[in-house]
Amino acid sequence: MSHAGTLDAEHPHGPLKPPGDTTGLFGVFKRRYLLGLLVRKELRVRYQASVLGLAWSYIKPLIRFLTYVLVVGYVIGLKDLPHYPFHVFTGMMAVTFFTETLNAGTRSVVKNKSLVRKMNVPREMFPVASLLVTGYHMIPQYIVLVTGCIIVGWSLDLTGVVAGLLSLSIVITFSLAVGLAFSALNTLFRDFQNFAETISYLVMWSTPMIYPFELIQERTNGNWIEQLYLANPVAEAVILGQRCFWSTTIDDDSYSPVFPDHLLLRGVVTLAVCLVLVWLAQRLFSRLESKFAEQML
Amino acid sequence: MATSILLDQVSKRFVLRDALTLKRRLVAVAQRQPVTHSFLAVNDVSLTVEEGEAIGLMGLNGSGKSTLLKLISGVLRPDGGEVLTRGRIAGLIEVTAGFHKQLTGRENIYLNGAIMGMTEPEINRKFDEIVDFSGIERFLDQPVGSYSSGMFARLGFSVSVAADSEIFIIDEVLAVGDPPFKKKCIKRIQQIRDEGRTIFFVSHNTTQVKRICSRAVVLEAGKLGFDGSVPDAIHHLHYDDDGDDLDAEGGEI
Repeated sequence: MSHAGTLDAEHPHGPLKPPGDTTGLFGVFKRRYLLGLLVRKELRVRYQASVLGLAWSYIKPLIRFLTYVLVVGYVIGLKDLPHYPFHVFTGMMAVTFFTETLNAGTRSVVKNKSLVRKMNVPREMFPVASLLVTGYHMIPQYIVLVTGCIIVGWSLDLTGVVAGLLSLSIVITFSLAVGLAFSALNTLFRDFQNFAETISYLVMWSTPMIYPFELIQERTNGNWIEQLYLANPVAEAVILGQRCFWSTTIDDDSYSPVFPDHLLLRGVVTLAVCLVLVWLAQRLFSRLESKFAEQML
Repeated sequence: MATSILLDQVSKRFVLRDALTLKRRLVAVAQRQPVTHSFLAVNDVSLTVEEGEAIGLMGLNGSGKSTLLKLISGVLRPDGGEVLTRGRIAGLIEVTAGFHKQLTGRENIYLNGAIMGMTEPEINRKFDEIVDFSGIERFLDQPVGSYSSGMFARLGFSVSVAADSEIFIIDEVLAVGDPPFKKKCIKRIQQIRDEGRTIFFVSHNTTQVKRICSRAVVLEAGKLGFDGSVPDAIHHLHYDDDGDDLDAEGGEI
């Protein structure tokens, strides 16, 4: 159906088109200023009226970190693994990035329902803002990690650099995909909030963060279970991160860290899969988005 | 003159899901009861608004006025038909929806301006005008949660009227604020109209509609019941039947 007159193209206010922003993630990046303000709002509001404030973002992971190192490292006895704290810390980076984005992202659209129901903003804005808030909180942890690596002696090679970048890219794209999908599904069924929490718990244990990957390889002898284990993008990101930050700090010749074969190739494939997942998640989001405003009362 | 808003056989159906949990759903299916109900909030509405027109949308409560506005503003998508608009849309519709109570008035001006699609330089340029219009400069750096409801609404208004747009939507909001502020708002709306922007005005207040609009449409149970001049629309609704005493308060301004 065409209502566009012949003069439409030259009209100063553009053509007649359906109202509402349906440009998806591109629309979000076109409105970076609003995105920035939403992220800043979230950072301001999250720890309002708390004495320790933003410090909580570091206290909580620090306590978790110390627990793993003390209980698993010393009590259970993985202390023989060289630089175990680096092993855990690196793993936590990827896992925390994913779980924080997942949990905040899943709630993000429902939490902003007054805006979603009444104002015309690209709704992808909200899960993307959750991702950026998480990223902002992670920056100091990366600084701590890099500083630690330098102090103990960091023989970073090119493979390590590529692995580190792949790790970060995988965790960002995968978190974005799952955050987008879950934030949309959560408007229909709030079950997804609980689902997200359950996944967070599972991810903690199904990635080689607390235990080394070599244990998985030992137990599975490289069978399909190992392949399934490695199909998890977060596990892949953890291993790639350890290739960058953990194995490069070990100068003990008697120990050689175990990684899956073709680690970088696996990483590239995983990243490609995650990009496809982002695209699929965007399609799901767009389909459900047209009903957001009426579904959340 | 080009078309500004075009509604072509637009329908919007709302689905009410009254059994959301698995248990209730299973029970409903077992008892052969419907799991969902639906009703047509907007039913086959066709309408063309030319650029620069000021059109009043009237109708009783529940006739679908707000739904139609949300379809035009893009918050809701039609289930049938097509909604087309030209240019940016702003308006006095849910003016405080984007406010965050823990942020200050100043921060909320920026956040809301951005939500309405304003850029940072645009907000900077209009900041003084917004603050001036709202009359709350003394409390600008207080969290808006501490504002009185009147101050809150006024700040929301001030940001909304400052946004540049080609289409300006007004949803029954002129009921808030004290008389001097209402007067200021009406003046500002007339100014917006005189700038040649398209106005879509929802109101029960016949005096205000007469004052601002040159054309009126009436919705009746989701259908377009009348489209024509404002006095005829008022007559069609029988709003002119029984005295003006109810209307007197709004009529003064």
